[in-house]
Amino acid sequence: MLAVKQQAETIIDAIDRKIIAATQHGLPLTRNPYHEIAAQLGLDVQDVITRMQLMLDKGVIRRIGVVPNHYKLGFKANGMSVWNVPEEKISQLGQLIGAQDFVSHCYQRPRFLPEWPYNLFAMVHGKTRDEVLEKVEKIATLLGDDNRGHLVLFSTRILKKTGLRI
Amino acid sequence: MILTTHDRTIINHLQGGFPTCEDPWDELATILNLPIDEIICRIDRLQEHGMLSRFGPIYNAERMGGGLTLAAIEVPETRYDEVTDIVNSFDEVAHNYARDHKLNMWFVLATERPEQITSVIDEIEQQTGLQVYNMPKQEEYFLQLKFEV
Repeated sequence: MLAVKQQAETIIDAIDRKIIAATQHGLPLTRNPYHEIAAQLGLDVQDVITRMQLMLDKGVIRRIGVVPNHYKLGFKANGMSVWNVPEEKISQLGQLIGAQDFVSHCYQRPRFLPEWPYNLFAMVHGKTRDEVLEKVEKIATLLGDDNRGHLVLFSTRILKKTGLRI
Repeated sequence: MILTTHDRTIINHLQGGFPTCEDPWDELATILNLPIDEIICRIDRLQEHGMLSRFGPIYNAERMGGGLTLAAIEVPETRYDEVTDIVNSFDEVAHNYARDHKLNMWFVLATERPEQITSVIDEIEQQTGLQVYNMPKQEEYFLQLKFEV
């Protein structure tokens, strides 16, 4: 835990945090977005650009671009598919599933035996519930014998949804 | 709103890779083969119609030093509203979804520091009297997001 903490503290500094606070809801949609952020924070534009590129390199920023609203774009159904796959092959299988264009997130998570044997989670998106189920079947086919059981959990209600706070 | 070919091009090609340089749009105008003002104008319109939820960097909370996990609870139907209120009352609960399984409540916890995850989970267990299944990600198989429209 200590190692994680130290890493976190050295990975970004106070100026990075200012940049994060100024851009976490988006970049200005203008011809010179970085100039505007720099002016707003009293920084040099090159400094802002270099720091954002570094944060990209370190994975603090996942990517910069447009964030589609799946729901509005017609992908109204999503199901959390969970899979029981052999632990020793999980990295290879996770990459295979994560590469499918209908999967937005794919993670390994801990099992809780005996009631929860599923160790691989893949969020599957589709235009309808049936389309999601079809895609889940596609994953099952890809996994073949390595699929020791799976489920799809559809969300029935959003109980809370807030943005990221830092 | 009906998406045009150009709108689709923008959505499909700009989910990442926005350049980090002084004139980021120049490069994009060449790649997308569209004038800068038109790209900007289209993104603006797509945002206005809610097709895009935003434009800019997507930050990774964990890499910023925070804690993040997915947790689930098996909530008795008769207590569902009460437990929802308790869980949602925690600022650390970012998203909470009802799902059709015995584990019928799934929420994302985000804390300022990684070690706070455990104490928030303990607190939720205490207040609800229910077991919280903590399922932090152990590995991420993440590829460029690629929603084709």
